[in-house]
Amino acid sequence: MEPLSNRKKVLEQKPMNFWERLYLPAIFQGMGITFMHMFKKKETIFYPEVEREFSENWRGLHSLKRDENGAERCTACGLCALSCPAEAITMIAGERQKGEEHLYREEKYAAVYEINMLRCIFCGLCEEACPKEAIYLDGPIVPADYLRKDFIYGKDKLVEDPIGS
Amino acid sequence: MSEKVKVTIDGITIDVDPGTSILNAARQIGGDIVPPAMCYYSKLEGSGGKCRTCLVKVSKGSEKDPRPMPKLVASCRTGVMDGMEVQNITSPEVIEARKGVVEILLINHPLDCPVCDQAGECHLQDLSYEHGVANTRYEFERRTFERIDIGDKIQLHMTRCILCYRCVYVADQLTDGRQHGILGRGDASEISTYIEKAIDNDFSGNVIDVCPVGALTDRTFRFKNRVWFTKPVDAHRDCPTCKGKVTLWYKGEEVLRVTGRKDQFGEVEDFICNTCRFETKNTSDWVIEGPRQIAHTSVISANHYEMLPLPVIKQNQALIEANKIEFDRASKI
Repeated sequence: MEPLSNRKKVLEQKPMNFWERLYLPAIFQGMGITFMHMFKKKETIFYPEVEREFSENWRGLHSLKRDENGAERCTACGLCALSCPAEAITMIAGERQKGEEHLYREEKYAAVYEINMLRCIFCGLCEEACPKEAIYLDGPIVPADYLRKDFIYGKDKLVEDPIGS
Repeated sequence: MSEKVKVTIDGITIDVDPGTSILNAARQIGGDIVPPAMCYYSKLEGSGGKCRTCLVKVSKGSEKDPRPMPKLVASCRTGVMDGMEVQNITSPEVIEARKGVVEILLINHPLDCPVCDQAGECHLQDLSYEHGVANTRYEFERRTFERIDIGDKIQLHMTRCILCYRCVYVADQLTDGRQHGILGRGDASEISTYIEKAIDNDFSGNVIDVCPVGALTDRTFRFKNRVWFTKPVDAHRDCPTCKGKVTLWYKGEEVLRVTGRKDQFGEVEDFICNTCRFETKNTSDWVIEGPRQIAHTSVISANHYEMLPLPVIKQNQALIEANKIEFDRASKI
């Protein structure tokens, strides 16, 4: 058949000589390399006991922030859900009642706020879209789990702990 | 009918009936040259002339008197003359003036868009996004008001109001027995009803539709959902009081709210009655016509997959040919 391109290279294979046919020198050379690695610095760590330092722009588990008075910043405006390319975020808004001013910053708040961690691609667009600086992807790696429903993180897991707790 | 007059807006000439305003002449041309309007409402007699967003420059008064008008004029209140030449987006002076107008409109506006139910279909949002500046120079305290419930269906956030008077005209012209108006003067003026008197008229709900900002909102829709997560569907019903042509806003199976059908200028095609708006929120009450077409520039169209075929392909014959398979698939859907 005609070659389609002229990039074809013809390799010449010489017959092996006696030492090469023995294979033993090559085997010992290979084992030498393996043996040498035993004295080199280990690259692996024992996760989860040991954790690597995250980089500055690491994006991990989301957290819903509180303001300086401990009130939740999120007002359920829906911009994070709108910007989410994976459509991982859903929320239901609630109206703040009288006497709840210390709990929620604005008159509207997220009564339900759920992120499906199986859908989330950790792109950080929600963080960028948030007009209230309420959501940040500053947490650790999302832990593994067994059931799909356990990956839908609600407010209990997302909202950061109140100040002084 | 007398003869038509010729008017040129941004270099585009059109023949219109005498007595037409510049704004309406521009709307007949359509496209980018239509001045934005916050207070003018073509269905409400006497509206307009308050917000000053529709300012245009008249570079030639008329054929008989070709002198330009000395100042920018409000196009919703200025009639056309034969041979008039108008500049809107071609005049840097107009663009600059509009920036100033937006800044003044936003002086007392709380910018609580994340909380406001109007966000996503708010004319002030569009206007300031298009024409405004990013920062305000206003350093003083903004005026604030308490929220008022006008009846059990309508809520008034006076803080957000830009005093366009549209709702007052609705109350004047659509409902009999006017119950709300503007109290106070100048800086102190506010929309109110005396002693928060409930408005219980068949057409009072239309103040929600005509309000260009989130000052008058539907209490039954309050904080229910954001506009862009709901799905607009055209529907009609046999209504004894109004025409019954509405847009239903669905979230899943549930009708979250009912509004009039808004055209490209944000004005309702037909005013609807309160029964249609507030009482009939079941799918069984309505005859569904199909999904409402939303401009692809609107945030409401985000994640609504009815953009196929893409607008850019629609006009280009070569692209239509090249995307024949996709077209067929889209029409099948």
